[in-house]
Amino acid sequence: MQFSGFRILKEGLAGNRGWKPHWRKPDPKPDYDMLIIGGGGHGLATAYYLAKNHGLTNIAVLEKGYLGGGNIGRNTTIVRANYFLPGNSEFYSHSLKLWEGLEDELNYNVMHSQRGLINLFHSDGQRDAFARRGNAMLAQGDDAILLDREGVRAILPYLDFEQARFPIYGGLYHKRGGTARHDAVAWGYARGADQRGVDLIENCEVTGISVESGRVTGVSTTRGEIRARKVGIVTAGRTSQVAAMAGLRLPIESHILQAFVTEGLKPCIDHVISFGMGHFYISQSDKGGLVFGGDLDFYPSYAARGNLPGVEQVMEAGMALMPMIGRAKVLRSWGGIMDMTPDGSPIIDRTPIEGLYLDAGWCYGGFKAVPASGWCMAHLMATDQPHPVARRYRLDRFATGHLLDEEGKGSQHNLH
Amino acid sequence: MYLPCPCCGWRDMREFTCIGAADYCDRPEADAPPEAWDNYLHLRDNPAGPARDLWYHAPCGTWLEVARDTVTHAVTGSTAVEEAG
Repeated sequence: MQFSGFRILKEGLAGNRGWKPHWRKPDPKPDYDMLIIGGGGHGLATAYYLAKNHGLTNIAVLEKGYLGGGNIGRNTTIVRANYFLPGNSEFYSHSLKLWEGLEDELNYNVMHSQRGLINLFHSDGQRDAFARRGNAMLAQGDDAILLDREGVRAILPYLDFEQARFPIYGGLYHKRGGTARHDAVAWGYARGADQRGVDLIENCEVTGISVESGRVTGVSTTRGEIRARKVGIVTAGRTSQVAAMAGLRLPIESHILQAFVTEGLKPCIDHVISFGMGHFYISQSDKGGLVFGGDLDFYPSYAARGNLPGVEQVMEAGMALMPMIGRAKVLRSWGGIMDMTPDGSPIIDRTPIEGLYLDAGWCYGGFKAVPASGWCMAHLMATDQPHPVARRYRLDRFATGHLLDEEGKGSQHNLH
Repeated sequence: MYLPCPCCGWRDMREFTCIGAADYCDRPEADAPPEAWDNYLHLRDNPAGPARDLWYHAPCGTWLEVARDTVTHAVTGSTAVEEAG
């Protein structure tokens, strides 16, 4: 089933009775070439690119709940390529290029909106750091504009420019940054993978990983044993538990990140904005809700809900930056389980077990990475070689000291 | 969330800083092999369920190991961390 303007018109005239489910509901076969554990954004994108780029279709994605029910369905939907470090810079640049062609690629409206991202700075030192970051982005071939205070005021007149505590010195403007419809990304990749013959198996929890003589041979699931030559773990906040089934102990600690949405308002915030003096970022969804968030809650948790001090900190930061949102009513808040690494950067690598691969450690930056993560994980699983833009996302970089600490915060999981 | 400080009793979590898993208390010897240091600094069991993590209570300066459930957020107890020799 392809979407088109003509099809929408035709279905509209015929009472919308011709739409069919976007993917099959197959039963698991006993044997596959490859298994992907985890039917979220990264797992579905991996399956899609394995089929599309490498012609491998005897593949299944195993999802314990429903497709797209994890972090891909509960994030703040920001897409950007404003990284500084070699290793991150080329990866996120590749991802943004894939985003820019994603709707044509998937024939699916992921509502990718390049509304522009503005990271504010509030001191001379921060301006220097952002100027340097902007130069790194330009050197990577992406876009960056350094705005002074008046430049920011011209496009964001509603910020509090009068306050003395955190004066706004300017901002780094990344015009190609923006947002996308998070669920649609999962659904688009799922439909594309399914159309190419990938089996998407929901309600199928992996309960064990079989390893013989150092080589993976398959998995046990709540829907029976499934054999496979290669298995990819793409399970975000639950990565430690799945990897432990194969005897691995990983450099990951799971933490909560809370996010918030207000009631629907008329359009008022046209960009994605981040506050440089308190971790706070905000955008407005197409439904009108203000979508915003801040720091982690800082303690290990799988509860998928946060505590009130985290709420308080985010609200205070928001009010310090743009007092106009003070009257908006928060409709709901939620917490996602973030797989935090000691340097804040992800892992796309082989594991010490032959045929077992890992795509994890996305911390709270996984959404924008979905296309490139799937692309690079598929490349790794198909060729056994790291993709050039993901070659530094090694599992052993912590042991060897080749950390990718984008913000220079130090080797502790909850600092990133 | 409230946490039990061995010195001060149950206190609001705003008074505490979480450092992470209590693995930070098991510091290897200075001449331990690099693998031991990697294990200590980076690798974590990351349990979903009962866990022990390390917190600092700023008002009284106590470091404490808290027994907590990472799925339900139930706190079951805490002990002060002894000063290592």
